[in-house]
Amino acid sequence: MVEVQARPTPIRVLIAKPGLDGHDRGAKVMARALRDAGMEVIYTGLFQTPEMIARAAVDEDVDVIGLSILSGAHRALFPKIFSELAAAGLTDVLVVAGGTIPNADVDELKALGVAEVFGPGTPLDSAVRFIREHAPLRGDE
Amino acid sequence: MTATTTSDLIQRFRNHERPALARLVTYVENERPAGLRAMAELYRDTGSAYVVGITGPPGAGKSTLTNAVIREYRKRGKTVGVLAIDPSSSLTGGATLGDRIRMLENFDDDGVYIRSMATRGEMGGLSMAVGAVTHLLDAYGFDIIVVETVGVGQDEVDVAELADTTLLLQVPGLGDSIQTIKAGVLEIADILVVNKADIKGAENVVRDLRNMLRLGEHGPWLPPIVRTVAMHGENVPALLDAIDTHRAHLETSGEGQVRRERRARREVLRLAQNWIAGELEATMRDPANDAMLDDLLRREINPFEVAEVLARRTSLRIQSRT
Repeated sequence: MVEVQARPTPIRVLIAKPGLDGHDRGAKVMARALRDAGMEVIYTGLFQTPEMIARAAVDEDVDVIGLSILSGAHRALFPKIFSELAAAGLTDVLVVAGGTIPNADVDELKALGVAEVFGPGTPLDSAVRFIREHAPLRGDE
Repeated sequence: MTATTTSDLIQRFRNHERPALARLVTYVENERPAGLRAMAELYRDTGSAYVVGITGPPGAGKSTLTNAVIREYRKRGKTVGVLAIDPSSSLTGGATLGDRIRMLENFDDDGVYIRSMATRGEMGGLSMAVGAVTHLLDAYGFDIIVVETVGVGQDEVDVAELADTTLLLQVPGLGDSIQTIKAGVLEIADILVVNKADIKGAENVVRDLRNMLRLGEHGPWLPPIVRTVAMHGENVPALLDAIDTHRAHLETSGEGQVRRERRARREVLRLAQNWIAGELEATMRDPANDAMLDDLLRREINPFEVAEVLARRTSLRIQSRT
């Protein structure tokens, strides 16, 4: 039996694939792992523009955005995604990334606001745990 | 979005700020105090939206049809709010909400709001949360609210209680005519949609449905059968016309008023049931019941007696508070 989170309501996560690479196996595996950890995962699939990601994150009021990218275009796309998120007023969302992101680029992405980068070979458990521990809690007032 | 007071949030909702709408939906869905306060403020602004329910078996094309319906309503100048519901795992409480993937073309349209919701596994709880969220979308000012169901089990009946017009999707290839006569599903349909009408067997589905309608009893409204190919938007204008015709029928026949009254009663009843269920559970946790439960386990009293005592104790607890 999978351990279920202690939070009163499920963490909501948007899983999106920005840009033009057509490989979403990793994104689907992660979506499933998060679901099995008791989270509500909104999966929007391939070829997402920064504007689409920001709109989905606003409408769905997600706590977490997971970006999966295998094209190598992260240094071009991520700044646009963060400026769209800021323009939409989304400043308290946890953003994590996965895919083929060279170690040399990780600091640059973290400076933008990416909380963690999960490269190939990351155990699913550790990604799930990170998200569970860092997802913002939504206060009432 | 930064932390904010509920009254700020409500003000921003009234100014049509999407993040405020989205956050209030969260609070209402999670039954937070802020959601209740918002409902108290905003309920008086509701009553002008028209609710369309879309149900049908998994894979029938509900999300694709929802997308086509959004597009056609936008052409007609209507704003559209969508609630797309997917199941939660009963084991982990998690859910994959994948309906939005069929509706991505609306991402830059402020006249469309799409929200994915998980069933969260509560009997009746889904329709409570969905009902409350439709009130919010109504208050926000959407002309049309589309509720897309999971498409299995009891929920299509629940959606029929919420919707002004309920569409039931059927597709070729899912079984013979006996599937069509299973009780409970066909009765709730105001409009029958045969989707994927371009594939083999569609005419058989239409024929089976027509025969079932002829055999069955229906009131003054005979549900029309509309063939669509949602993927290509084919015949979706005719579907919207059928919805308009049904809407006109509801108003001229008085059935609309009957449904509104029935809906209001059911909503209040469900909310009260939910509230009392919570109180019952709280009473049950009281150690004062332990002796009675021991008697039950020794077979000295029976569960019906215990249940009655529990109900009475709960009633006393509620009264002593007010």
